[in-house]
Amino acid sequence: MIRSAIGNSFRSRIRTLFTVVAIFIGAFTLTLTTGTGTGMNRYIDTTLAAVGTTDVLTVSRVDTAEDSAPEPFESGRASTGDEVLTADDLKTLARIDGVLSVQPVLPVQTDWFRYDDGEAYRGRLGTFIAGMQLDLAAGRQLDPDSPSYQVVIPESFVDPLGIGSVRQALGSTITIAVTDPTGEQRTVDARVVGVSQRGIVGGTRVTPNAALEQALFDLQTEGYSAEAKERYLSATVRFDAASTPAQVAALKASVEDEGFYARTVEDQIGSFRAVIDTIVFVLNGFAVIALLSAALGIVNTLLMSVQERTREIGLMKAMGMPGRTVFGLFSLEALFIGFLGSLFGVGTGIVVGEYISAKLSAGLLSRLPGLTLVDFDYVSVAAVVLVVMAVAFLAGTIPALRAARKDPIESLRYE
Amino acid sequence: MPVPVLAARDVRKSYGRGSTRFDALDGVTLEVFEGESVAIVGRSGSGKSTLMHLLALLDKPTSGRIELSGRDASTLNRRQVNATRNRSFGFVFQQFFLTPGASVLDNVTLPLTIAGVGRRERRRRGRVVLEKLELISKVRSRAISLSGGQKQRVVIARALVNDPRVIFADEPTGNLDSVTGRIVEDILFDLNRSHGITLVLVTHDEELAARCDRRVFLRDGRVVESEPGVAPAPTGRHAGWAAPHDGHAPADLAGGAR
Repeated sequence: MIRSAIGNSFRSRIRTLFTVVAIFIGAFTLTLTTGTGTGMNRYIDTTLAAVGTTDVLTVSRVDTAEDSAPEPFESGRASTGDEVLTADDLKTLARIDGVLSVQPVLPVQTDWFRYDDGEAYRGRLGTFIAGMQLDLAAGRQLDPDSPSYQVVIPESFVDPLGIGSVRQALGSTITIAVTDPTGEQRTVDARVVGVSQRGIVGGTRVTPNAALEQALFDLQTEGYSAEAKERYLSATVRFDAASTPAQVAALKASVEDEGFYARTVEDQIGSFRAVIDTIVFVLNGFAVIALLSAALGIVNTLLMSVQERTREIGLMKAMGMPGRTVFGLFSLEALFIGFLGSLFGVGTGIVVGEYISAKLSAGLLSRLPGLTLVDFDYVSVAAVVLVVMAVAFLAGTIPALRAARKDPIESLRYE
Repeated sequence: MPVPVLAARDVRKSYGRGSTRFDALDGVTLEVFEGESVAIVGRSGSGKSTLMHLLALLDKPTSGRIELSGRDASTLNRRQVNATRNRSFGFVFQQFFLTPGASVLDNVTLPLTIAGVGRRERRRRGRVVLEKLELISKVRSRAISLSGGQKQRVVIARALVNDPRVIFADEPTGNLDSVTGRIVEDILFDLNRSHGITLVLVTHDEELAARCDRRVFLRDGRVVESEPGVAPAPTGRHAGWAAPHDGHAPADLAGGAR
């Protein structure tokens, strides 16, 4: 039966060919759009890992959300930006149920960075939270527990600092300067362990490990009283990584009940993902439209085929072929056309997608290293094939039903 | 009294309703006995094709009964009807209804394909009938490349390939010139005589009808003249019938249903 269904679909080659091409276009588009979705989301995921780990809250006294509305003024509260976290606040945070640890983000203000007595450059320090995966072009991640001073520099620093190449940067020593309370410039040397890629978020900052950050902060606040020293803009609260979204929300709520603002990494980056998901959704919508018109092509092709083969169908039914077998023959033919179209479409989609993203990564998107615009995973590719075949099958049921219901006498009378 | 292999009992068939109602058959009774050759003769519009369709279970009568070896055909379910048509009946139509692009062998073995017979067995049986009809040299030819006479022989081979008990032939020579028509006739009557296959022949050709054991004349859906059916002698020229086909007993035509 399968054999004859396949044979039948080759009987009028041109017609089958064009239907396959229509399906091909649908499958091809769908492959590219889902591929883009996969690629973008993978990129977001790696970027996400660079921004922070998923088991932390960034807590501050100030609402740092980009889209927050201004708050009504209350007397007795300092204006935005002046509110800081104190040592007492950190203790309060540590007491909240579900909080594993609290780590203040040290407000280190660097003056400049220099390599090997070369020219000094301004730059900002990033924050490294244990468990965070920086998006590295080379080298390794920072060791949060190491007592030695380590640093990851952005790729864009390599050339201006005069290091030469990314490879040469690894293991080299750069000098970081801060100003102490007396106005004097103090320097610390740190070893470069990694070079980070430029991304949508982060990747343009010099990231120190905990030991280096503490050392710079100590220099900057040398001679301050403990009270003066312990004024932080924000703190990192760690919770159980296995928490459910509901538990995270509950923790956020209890942190906010204490008068703080808390944001998860998802909060910070979630909007990016939402935008990309929307774009991919719209693109997929277009692909589905293409697929639907291709499905109409299948309906058309098979209806013509049923019409042409009326007498043959009548004969087969007269010879005792059950209606459901006739139905099966035509459905299988539709499935086969769908299979051919999706196979070629998905195959070509993958090849073209890989080619385009290779070209774009080298050209237009070279400023976003690590981004593979069109990427594929087996699950979504298999899903595309299945969806296309399902659409083809559904399209095939209309002509197949028509064929199955043919009356043998009427069909054989057909001239 | 032997049971007729096929029988129509006061069969009526009408199309349409009300004022557009048209009675194609108006109370026809006919018995066909095993091994007979019966010609259903009439002009076009006389209902002869409709009668054949009813006997061949391609259609259902509006009233009256069709019997297969004495069993009321309306008691058969769809699967049994399909199986009976597939295994006990062979069809020869005025038009060939061959699949033009397919090979002669594939065309001939179509009933076996429908019955789900394996590829190898299909080939073997296909070759046997093609040998019998002197078409063995055309096994691999495409049906479209054959002459008219060859095509009709392929059609007969297709009707024979499942070892049917009854062959229905609707104007089998209508599309052929007289010489080839004669050859095809000879083949059909030879099958009837030497293999005992019951032959139900629909024609308007009196000469062809004259070669049958018996003629039934139809006009406006009624039998106007009929020679009575005679049950064939249990022995003699129909002895070949003794061999059952595919194991189903000859007396039970509808037994082909699995």
